Amino acid sequence: MEERVFTQQSGRQVVASEQFLTFFVGKEEYGVDILRVQEIRGWSSPMPIPNTPPYIKGVINIRGDIVPIADLRERLGMGTISHGPLSAVVVLRVSQGSRQRVMGIVVDAMSDVTNVNADDIKPPPEFAAHDGASVTKGIATLADKMITILNVDEIFALSHGVASEADVVA
Amino acid sequence: MTSSLSGLQSQFMGAFFEESFESLELLETGLLRMEAEGLTSTDINDIFRAAHSIKGSAGTFGFQLVTELAHDMETLLDLFRAGHLVPRQSSIALLLSGVDALRQVLTASRDGGQADHAAIAPLRQRLQDATREDASAGAEATEISPSAATTPLGASPPVSTPVIESPSLSPWIVSFKPNADLLRTGNEPLRLLRELTSLGTAQVETDFSRLPEWDDIVVDDCYLSFTVRLIGAIDRAQIVEVFGWVEEDAKIEISEPVQLAPILKGEAESPALPNEARPSPAPHHPRAPQATAQASEVAGEAAGQTLASVRVGIDRIDALMNMVGELIITQSMLGELDDDGPIDAKRAARIREGLSQLARNTRGLQENVMRLRSMPLSVVFNRFQRLVHDLAQQLGKKIDLTVSGQNTELDKTVLEKLGDPLVHLVRNSLDHGLETPAERIAAGKPETGNISLSAIHRGSDIYIEVADDGRGLDTDRILARGRERGLVAPNAQPTESEIFELIFAPGFSTNEVVTELSGRGVGMDVVRRNVRALGGSIKVESVRGKGAKISLRLPMTLAIIDGQLIRIGDRPFVLPLLSIVESLQIQTSRIHPLSGGCDLYRLRDELIPMVEVGALLGIDMGAAKSGDSLLVIVEAEGERLGLMVDELQAQQQVVVKSLEANYERVLGLAGATILGDGNVAFILDVADISKLIRKILPKGRTKNAIGRSVPTQTIAV
Repeated sequence: MEERVFTQQSGRQVVASEQFLTFFVGKEEYGVDILRVQEIRGWSSPMPIPNTPPYIKGVINIRGDIVPIADLRERLGMGTISHGPLSAVVVLRVSQGSRQRVMGIVVDAMSDVTNVNADDIKPPPEFAAHDGASVTKGIATLADKMITILNVDEIFALSHGVASEADVVA
Repeated sequence: MTSSLSGLQSQFMGAFFEESFESLELLETGLLRMEAEGLTSTDINDIFRAAHSIKGSAGTFGFQLVTELAHDMETLLDLFRAGHLVPRQSSIALLLSGVDALRQVLTASRDGGQADHAAIAPLRQRLQDATREDASAGAEATEISPSAATTPLGASPPVSTPVIESPSLSPWIVSFKPNADLLRTGNEPLRLLRELTSLGTAQVETDFSRLPEWDDIVVDDCYLSFTVRLIGAIDRAQIVEVFGWVEEDAKIEISEPVQLAPILKGEAESPALPNEARPSPAPHHPRAPQATAQASEVAGEAAGQTLASVRVGIDRIDALMNMVGELIITQSMLGELDDDGPIDAKRAARIREGLSQLARNTRGLQENVMRLRSMPLSVVFNRFQRLVHDLAQQLGKKIDLTVSGQNTELDKTVLEKLGDPLVHLVRNSLDHGLETPAERIAAGKPETGNISLSAIHRGSDIYIEVADDGRGLDTDRILARGRERGLVAPNAQPTESEIFELIFAPGFSTNEVVTELSGRGVGMDVVRRNVRALGGSIKVESVRGKGAKISLRLPMTLAIIDGQLIRIGDRPFVLPLLSIVESLQIQTSRIHPLSGGCDLYRLRDELIPMVEVGALLGIDMGAAKSGDSLLVIVEAEGERLGLMVDELQAQQQVVVKSLEANYERVLGLAGATILGDGNVAFILDVADISKLIRKILPKGRTKNAIGRSVPTQTIAV
């Protein structure tokens, strides 16, 4: 996953840089490793899954696959808004344990694809120990803005709530 | 050859293991049949061929240990085949342990584990001893029962055994005329010649006479033929063996030394090697598709793991191609209608025709794809021959296994999960159902017990029965035990079927139970759970002293179910049609309200808990509610529930999609499906729903415990 693009800078120094797909939630800009992105879709109303955390909006049908959709805003504890035609769904390839899953996140708007040097990504501040902390992988500081880099595999923390006991029964 | 392959090895490794396990399976089945029915020429040739092919391919891939062991087994088998000795119980047992050892080594190599190599050497020694012993005893055996083997190896089998050298210095003359298509079958004459020359001092003459003009040469035709003069202490079988793979693809003549070339023609067509039976290495010799699919599956089964690939008969693929062809025709027919112009009556008729054709094609495609996933039950049934054979010996019982319906086909996924429950059932019958010979005679039954495994296909279900003629279930003991464990009220008088039900209670039967009946319950709860997980059910019948019969009903596939579309609030759901008992309009007068969040519905003389599924699943029912709900009576795990739904919609087949693939299991849902309009609908899991109720209610029997948006109605238990 951590494939890197090496770019030649100032003739000598080779610095590893990664590409991130960035988008907005509220006024903040977030980024995910672009190699994890399967596709970007418009918002379509998902079918809610019973008894799941509120940030799981439900599942949608992507070419025959049942794909769960999480609301990033709610996941990060930033409240709820209703989604409309401007909202976008970023479909991600998530690895959990040995399993690969396809999951989507709803964001307010798409932004850009940005190259970020590995050096410019700083670990998230320690005090940010709210719910979103494990979701945050680091903060990229660019000339004109800051991007919060998300840990794709942590957005969907599974096996909470009702489902955890399902395995015992099954 | 071996070294030059090293780079490609890993690529072919998978195929090698698959093929080897197939051959092992053939070997095992053959040996067991031989033990039961005596030696027949077809069998022995099959078996020999299987051993040979393991040896050959293992050699190619450098599995020294496997090659050597297989070679020893082959040597012994060859003596059977040549009629030099009659297989005895002991030598068959020895060969069977050889099969086990080979399987163990191969499994270990495949999974990267360490095989127990130490066990191989003594086994080989015993095999070699058996070869010698049997060989000396064999001379007489041939005399006594010449019919035991139908002389597969030509008119004058050397009296000496292959292991004992028979020095003879005049040359063997081997003429090898490959057919033109030999190369295309994946065989290389050079390799054969090399192998031949390794047997002794050889002189090879090549005949170029068939070589055509340059312009006429077809590059992958074989034009050359060879004559080899071979000197050395060589047995005829060794030479025949070299050509084992190509007998059909070449004309081979082998003249014995000393004698004045009595040319034995037709060696290749000798009955020794019937075409269908040989596992040919050539890719363009498709074997009987079922046999192939089955054998490869068995390989996976034996290793106790799920196969990642299925081999499919070419006929099935062709059928699929045909269907796709028709689909394309339908598509182009409909496409033609898609130009400008009004849709008049004529056009509408054409469209309708096209649509019905499309429906037909889709159904056909579905059936055909299902057939690709299907495998005969013999895949699972076959392993019972060995199981019964071994266990019967171990237990000192005499047991016949009767198998029927093994060609019934079942979805691969169902089949894979069926093995273990069936093993449980058969073991139970063997261990506890059937009596010892002495007990049987005392009970006035034939000494040999019988276990029958049968399968029958009815509608969209498969019924599998495991029956025995043993002592049957001891209802008194089961009942006593049930009382002891508090499963039955002290003064209750349960019916027979209620008593049988007890054996499914978790942990009901372990060692602590009286031995004689214990087996009837060993893991029966697990068996039932597995069967239910497959969407099936299990039934027990037993007559004291006469035997017991356990029947499983299983769906043919898990991928597609018959579903009833329902609406709860504003959401569509699917209920598996199988779980629905009946549906009815709720009559308020029949509702018995119960304090503590339970309402019961009186249906005939039964009181059925009413479940407000919508609330249970956290659906906002809005203002709309609940006077005109429908009640769908469903049954799961012997329990009936009335689900309150808002509307019954169409019944249709739905394709089950797993929620776990991209998310996780959700209590109450069996999966999801995609409806005709592209929307997702969840499939309700009825058994789960009753768990969900139990999970939620004890938290305080208040209505508010139920979920986020609790409407006015109640949840029942």
